[in-house]
Amino acid sequence: MSGVAAFLTRRRGGRSWHWTDTVTWLWLVGGLVIMFGPAVWLVGSSFKTPAQLAEFPPTILPYVGQQMSVEGYDKPLTLYTVKLPDGSSKVMAEVRRIGIVAQMIDPKAPKDIIKVNIADRQPVREIGFATENYTEPFVHFDFLRYLRNSVFVTAMATLITLLTNSMAAFALSKYKFRGRDFTMLLIVGTLMVPLSVILVPLYSVVSAFGLLDSLWGVILPTVATPTGVFLLRQYMLTIPDEMLDAARMDNASEWQIYWRIVLPLAAPALAVLAIFSVVWRWNDFLWPLVVLSRKELYTLQVGLNTYAGELNVQWHYILAMTVVTMIPVVLVFVFLQRYITSGIAGTGLK
Amino acid sequence: MSAVATLKSWTGAVLAAPVFWLALIVNVPLKAWQRATGTGGMAAFFLAPNMAIFGIFVLVPLVINFFYSATSGTAYFLQDRSYVGLEQYQRLLDCSNYLDTATCREDLFWKAVHNTGLFVIVQVALLTVVSMATALILNREIIGRSFWRAVFFFPVLLSPVVTGLIWRWILQRQGLLNMIVHDFGGEPHNWLTDRFWAFTAAVSVSVWAHMGFYTLILLAGLQAIPRDLYEAAEMDGTRPARVFWRITLPLLMPNLLVVIVLALIRAVQIFDEVYVLTGGGPGTSTLYLTQYIYEIGFASLLRNPGLASAASILMGLVLVVLTLVQLQVGRRGERKGARQ
Amino acid sequence: MKKTRTLLAALSVSLLASTSAFAGDVRIMWYSDGVEGDVIQDILNRFMKDNPDIHITLDNVAYKVIQEQLPIQLEAGQGPDIARVTNIKELAQHWLDLRPLVADAKYWDDNFGDTLDWMRPDGSKAITGFMTQLTLTGGFANKTLFEQAGVALPGDKATWDDWINAAAEVAKSQQLPAAFAIDRSGHRISGANVSFGANYIGADGKPAKVDDGTKAFVGKLVDWTAKGLMLKDTWVSAAGSTYRAATDDFINAQIPFYYSGSWQVANLSTKIGDSFDWVATGSPCGTAGCSGLKGGAALVAIKYTKNPKDVAKVMDYLASEAVVKEFSERTLFLPAHKGVIAKGGLKWGSTDKNVGPALDKFVQAAGETLPAADALPPWKWANAYFAALVTRVSQVMAGELTLDAAWVKIDQDIADKVAEAK
Repeated sequence: MSGVAAFLTRRRGGRSWHWTDTVTWLWLVGGLVIMFGPAVWLVGSSFKTPAQLAEFPPTILPYVGQQMSVEGYDKPLTLYTVKLPDGSSKVMAEVRRIGIVAQMIDPKAPKDIIKVNIADRQPVREIGFATENYTEPFVHFDFLRYLRNSVFVTAMATLITLLTNSMAAFALSKYKFRGRDFTMLLIVGTLMVPLSVILVPLYSVVSAFGLLDSLWGVILPTVATPTGVFLLRQYMLTIPDEMLDAARMDNASEWQIYWRIVLPLAAPALAVLAIFSVVWRWNDFLWPLVVLSRKELYTLQVGLNTYAGELNVQWHYILAMTVVTMIPVVLVFVFLQRYITSGIAGTGLK
Repeated sequence: MSAVATLKSWTGAVLAAPVFWLALIVNVPLKAWQRATGTGGMAAFFLAPNMAIFGIFVLVPLVINFFYSATSGTAYFLQDRSYVGLEQYQRLLDCSNYLDTATCREDLFWKAVHNTGLFVIVQVALLTVVSMATALILNREIIGRSFWRAVFFFPVLLSPVVTGLIWRWILQRQGLLNMIVHDFGGEPHNWLTDRFWAFTAAVSVSVWAHMGFYTLILLAGLQAIPRDLYEAAEMDGTRPARVFWRITLPLLMPNLLVVIVLALIRAVQIFDEVYVLTGGGPGTSTLYLTQYIYEIGFASLLRNPGLASAASILMGLVLVVLTLVQLQVGRRGERKGARQ
Repeated sequence: MKKTRTLLAALSVSLLASTSAFAGDVRIMWYSDGVEGDVIQDILNRFMKDNPDIHITLDNVAYKVIQEQLPIQLEAGQGPDIARVTNIKELAQHWLDLRPLVADAKYWDDNFGDTLDWMRPDGSKAITGFMTQLTLTGGFANKTLFEQAGVALPGDKATWDDWINAAAEVAKSQQLPAAFAIDRSGHRISGANVSFGANYIGADGKPAKVDDGTKAFVGKLVDWTAKGLMLKDTWVSAAGSTYRAATDDFINAQIPFYYSGSWQVANLSTKIGDSFDWVATGSPCGTAGCSGLKGGAALVAIKYTKNPKDVAKVMDYLASEAVVKEFSERTLFLPAHKGVIAKGGLKWGSTDKNVGPALDKFVQAAGETLPAADALPPWKWANAYFAALVTRVSQVMAGELTLDAAWVKIDQDIADKVAEAK
């Protein structure tokens, strides 16, 4: 019973195996499959040929038909497992197919052609990676330039976000002035106004500032994040005012207090915001698409979407490029995940 | 080893130096400013950059959007549009029975309102329960906790479009799920053309994508609960369910409320992942408000930006109410924090 | 209100001043469904070699940008110098008249005369561009599946009912999920509607109410969906006017008959490979004829260019007979150039034995379109009509509306659009 208590309350100290352990591990392993499975499948699919991507039912791993060079034929022939009339099955190579009849040969005895109904043959397949999904875009697609633009946008936007948001949060948490609550309401009130809602007005504003077709047009509208101000302010509220007063006694200027005391103490929350900002800006798609119409300015997300046509979307390229663009985000995550957790824990969102 | 460490600290110092010099230099004029205006002026200084950017790129577009909703026409720019007053709102609200969308002038808008309402209720409830369960489990003493934490957080990093796409391929008629169902001897099902299952898929996929974030907030709350409370309860022989209701839940309440309100705000705005996943179908059964606004304002060939703006302002009103609730919750949390 | 106006006007002036273009710079906004982006780049590179004073930049974008962002840019008096666009009639006031600029206006009139009206305002005599690709809706049949089922392919004058019945027989014998599918698009079903006598255009040039022709075919379509003959997924699993194609189902031999269009040929060829034999069937017949619907993407010059002369030079080159021929051969697109079509002998750049006959079939079927169908591409309200049809008909298929209610809603949606555009 104490096991149930531990499960429902805090940690379990018991040593023996208990049914709650079973539940725990079922949940964890189930979670592993459900959370990671789709991503693994995404990576697998990014190595499939267009034909294989369109294939039903889908396979987890990419396959290609196995081929073999047979004496007397110029091109390698595709191998099939053929069900023979006597019930046995055999691996054979297909010479050609006419309608529903395939002409097959035994690779060991390439002379005799056997006619087989196509319903009786199954291709022999092996795992094969369509690496051209990756290499082709690298050739046709100015990958390095897009990468540079993406890095620039992400880095600048994150730096500005950290600076302006933390300054605003400092003012909103450590000063008393008229209109403070109203300012806070204004900021939080727009917490995640969906971009699609203000797209056209925002476009006219940005174009009025001459920021169309400029990376700054992508950066500036995104940096004053309400979420960031909210998060940092909540954290700074936990910093005792006494520390600030003591510093003022020592004749520190307000800027020094912000820079030397508040910022270092707010480091965990800043780390959280930095990580989120990197992920958001890196994944941003709709807004850069609106602002950037010159290819020398494309970010990766915009670049990879040039494979989305009117009548046909070239998924094999899009998937491969999606995987490539995911790599930095995953790296950030792997190296910084403990900051995310401890940062949110510290922020406590009290 | 120590050489590497020294090198590291040196590079760190060299890289950081300009920033610190800059901070020092900035301090000089700021001190003068502070002397001139007092600390009140300093508050304005700290707020200014953020509020300037915020004002220009968020508030001004919102105000323009408001003007849009009072105009008609297909032109994009305000100066080319004609003023019609509240006509767009009248059109949206013209309904003889708000429960029966077919009687409304803009039936699709009301359809979207109904759908969004149902989605929000079910999704937020499910999201909260699943995040809570996961947080409780991650709070146990398990091997490799940080790994498991990472597992559940991972989908938060994916872009919504990718999320929607992956799941569409899994759920489509001949997708991965049906293959698995078939292999286990079950009857494959056309998940995305079935009203109930398409809705379930929309809810589940959005929970899948966001639960990691909320789990971490709850986990942080759980870990902040003092251990001795439980030890005392265990010594008194308090029943576990009671411990949960009497200790865990009350102490977790501030975090739980934040989770619920944030989840509510996001759920009202649900768009990308569901748009890619179901496209609003079957029929219009997963057509949600943001998609309606996007389609009518931008994408559809039946474009009407004025109507879209009016709809977005009605939706904004709902969001403002939710935000006020959140602020109220936050304030209560603050007071509580002060007492502790 | 007035203040905002002046403010915005002033701002847009400053904006115009901020864009600078160097003489000889030409930017082309281009989207791709397949390899055409690479092909055009190749052709442009050759042009630049011969004309070192002109520098062309090809901005490859997502189709979404052309459809949703370009109109905003154009309204702001911005945008590229040349663009590949599908919504060519509605945006026609933004296109540049090349007539005084091109080397030989008669060449353009002679060879592109049929389609010039598609991309200029009503009543205008302007030359604004040319179709990079002419498309025609039409059917594809999986010949191998028909053979396996022992069902003969319906012949040239077969009706929609003949085709669906034959395909249903195939589906039944081969245990397929459905007999056929049509892409989720108003454009795709409109040729068929016209074959049943529909006419969207009223006497005043404004949209007419949904007529009996449309009702006849759409009624059939809904019925086929209810019976499970038409694949439900494509139309039902989306709301609004979202485009969905059923190509993957045809490629995977899930449906013996697929109604789409000529642009699919290259796509089908790559993805089907040697899995089965397929043929283009043209459009099945209705009571009034056997019409498909033409369409396509045009390359148009944009009014706001700073270098109209260079733009005209580039357009002249791209529209020249040899270039059009090469472009069509390499992309497997149907050309819109009369001279190229008349001379024939296009060497389709494909080794697939299914491709040549399929394209030839489309060229032949292009002669069978009805006047009511040919009137649609140059008609301003066509897109609004298509969008309303898709939105409401798919609701009927999903069981949310009755057909009669849908007709009312379609008429209202279109009337709203017309009223809004005043």
